[in-house]
Amino acid sequence: MTTSKTDPQSEAQPAAAGSASAGETAVGAGQRPRKAKHDGGAAAGGRSLLTWGAGGAGVVLLALLPLLNLSLPGVLPGPTYTPGSLQLLAMCMLMAAAALSYHLLLGVTGLLSFGHALYFGAGVYGLGVILDTFDIPLLPAMGLTLLLVIVLAHVVGAVGLRVTGIPFAMVTLAFAEAGHVLVGRNPGQATGGEEGLTLATENLPEALLGVANTRNLYWLALIVLLVVFAVVTWVQYSRAGHVAAAVRENELRVRVIGVQPYLVKLLVFVVGGVLASAVGMVYLLLQSGAVPRSLSADFTITLLVMVVLGGVGSRWGAIIGGVFYTLLDQRLTALAQSEAIAGLPDILRIPLSEPLFILGTLFILVVLFLPGGITGAVHRATLSRGQRRQAAARQRQALENAE
Amino acid sequence: MSTIVLLTVTGLGLGALYFLVASGLSLIYGLMGVLNFAHGSFLTLGAFAGWEFARRAGADNWWTFLGSLLVGAVVGALFAAFTEFVLIRKLYERHIEQVLVTVGLSLASVALFDGIWGTDTIHISGPEWFRETTGILGAQISNDRFVAIIAAVLVLLGLVFFLKRTRYGMIIRAGVESRSMVTALGIDVRKAFTLVFAIGGAAAGLGGVLASHYFQYVSPLLGGSLLIFAFIVTVIGGLGSLTGAAIASVVVALLQQFANFYLNGTGDFVVVVALALVLLFRPSGLLGRKS
Repeated sequence: MTTSKTDPQSEAQPAAAGSASAGETAVGAGQRPRKAKHDGGAAAGGRSLLTWGAGGAGVVLLALLPLLNLSLPGVLPGPTYTPGSLQLLAMCMLMAAAALSYHLLLGVTGLLSFGHALYFGAGVYGLGVILDTFDIPLLPAMGLTLLLVIVLAHVVGAVGLRVTGIPFAMVTLAFAEAGHVLVGRNPGQATGGEEGLTLATENLPEALLGVANTRNLYWLALIVLLVVFAVVTWVQYSRAGHVAAAVRENELRVRVIGVQPYLVKLLVFVVGGVLASAVGMVYLLLQSGAVPRSLSADFTITLLVMVVLGGVGSRWGAIIGGVFYTLLDQRLTALAQSEAIAGLPDILRIPLSEPLFILGTLFILVVLFLPGGITGAVHRATLSRGQRRQAAARQRQALENAE
Repeated sequence: MSTIVLLTVTGLGLGALYFLVASGLSLIYGLMGVLNFAHGSFLTLGAFAGWEFARRAGADNWWTFLGSLLVGAVVGALFAAFTEFVLIRKLYERHIEQVLVTVGLSLASVALFDGIWGTDTIHISGPEWFRETTGILGAQISNDRFVAIIAAVLVLLGLVFFLKRTRYGMIIRAGVESRSMVTALGIDVRKAFTLVFAIGGAAAGLGGVLASHYFQYVSPLLGGSLLIFAFIVTVIGGLGSLTGAAIASVVVALLQQFANFYLNGTGDFVVVVALALVLLFRPSGLLGRKS
């Protein structure tokens, strides 16, 4: 994110802008050691305590939502304890988790993958097919799926990472598309082709079935989001994470120092894939079925849109982007079917009744005019004018480095 | 024997379509470093424009067919030039953001096509001759294949002539080699950017009309499905190389056809495996420059 070696200001940045959004906004992984050195002491300790406190309170609130009767008209279809609202909220959290796993590739390591849906879809379909074919309980089936995804991610990563930048994007896209085609072809009647696969429920625990138990799935989704967040944070701040951030900034320099970026990139690629597949498995349970769309390039692009809308390089950005996109998509679909739209003349009605048109246009506008996405905008709003200019330049730099 | 001939000619026809998409992609990437995800939308819009024209002018004679080719190419070129001018130009030298903008454009435009023409496939018809077949060495081959092949060869020759013999072609080739040098010589390379986009868009629009005759339908998803294979073609052929794109289109399409027939429908996988092999042994592609 920030090239701290050349920019004296940025050393003060973490302290000055440790920030409303949990100390994370524009602070790249590579900077953490400096941060610890520079703003140690009571102020930082207090802030991080505050951050963790706020995060903890947020998690407790989310965990209690199914037991509360809160209404958010215009955002949720009903009070928070109703299955419809819980389903939507669970979907938001799963998409946030999936976006986080993608953030590990794009935001941390600067790998622009267009094939991330392959691992999400491998989780969805892997678990679905295993439950459908073999007579084994849920947890072993999940373990088996994870094992398969680890192998798959190693193979694709090992080949794909032979190239970098844009060619890497194309190669990952090609592999994901092969998976998409495979699932659509319905080999051995296992995947259900274009129709998709219905979740086989014989071996599932009672607590995860039925509309009445949506809140259990909601809690499961919350746990997945927390676990993914913890793993992403851990990887980002590990030694491998620092190397990954250095690769994003300047791969040549990493090589010159004598570190091999290949294995680190492969590690991040595999971890991102495994996390995405874990999210996919819960997605299968939540949706009670799998459709080929979860493997398509469209889905990867959806993740990309989420991460960019939220702000590239920021974990909170990925989460906010995932939630924002899911809610907006749901609201726009509802809007498209509303009578207010049906009454408009064609030239307004056609664009407004296509949620993806609005989302795509919004995405273009964010890329053109709002570098750093939502979190970047919030961050800039809290800065002085000079700092603001620097932050914008740095955000540009971040995307540029992501090549 | 007749099966082999049939598969070869069908494969060449498909390869022609791949080439029409991949040539533009490869030139754009070579000159500007932009991976253009909206290229499929250029193709789709070209296909719809050609179809709308043919529908109004009566679809069954050769003049409307040629007219629809022209309309498709012009619409594709205009859409592409517009894209370059309005979206890409603001983001020069910021390659990832350029990719993101084209991704957004492809999302928005496909959704818009959905809204205008509906999500269903629309069956189309061309001149009578397209439905007939020609016998070559005992194989009965539908005639639309030949049209696609001839058009692609003409486009290839035209592009080669343009790149080798005209001033702007030379600027583009020089820009692919070293853009900073061209700029240093005082040539405004940005005009070449718009031009390359327009050329790529024209080839894609032309490809769209031909693809709609090849598959006998138009749909908003037409471009997306071809685009993925065009990406594979450009990587295998070597990014930025026109000849590489031509060779790779033919190789990929033939592999796909033969594998589909002899290895029961595994064409798409064989292509991806081929891509993996090329990357393992020659990461810069068949004719790409060594990085």
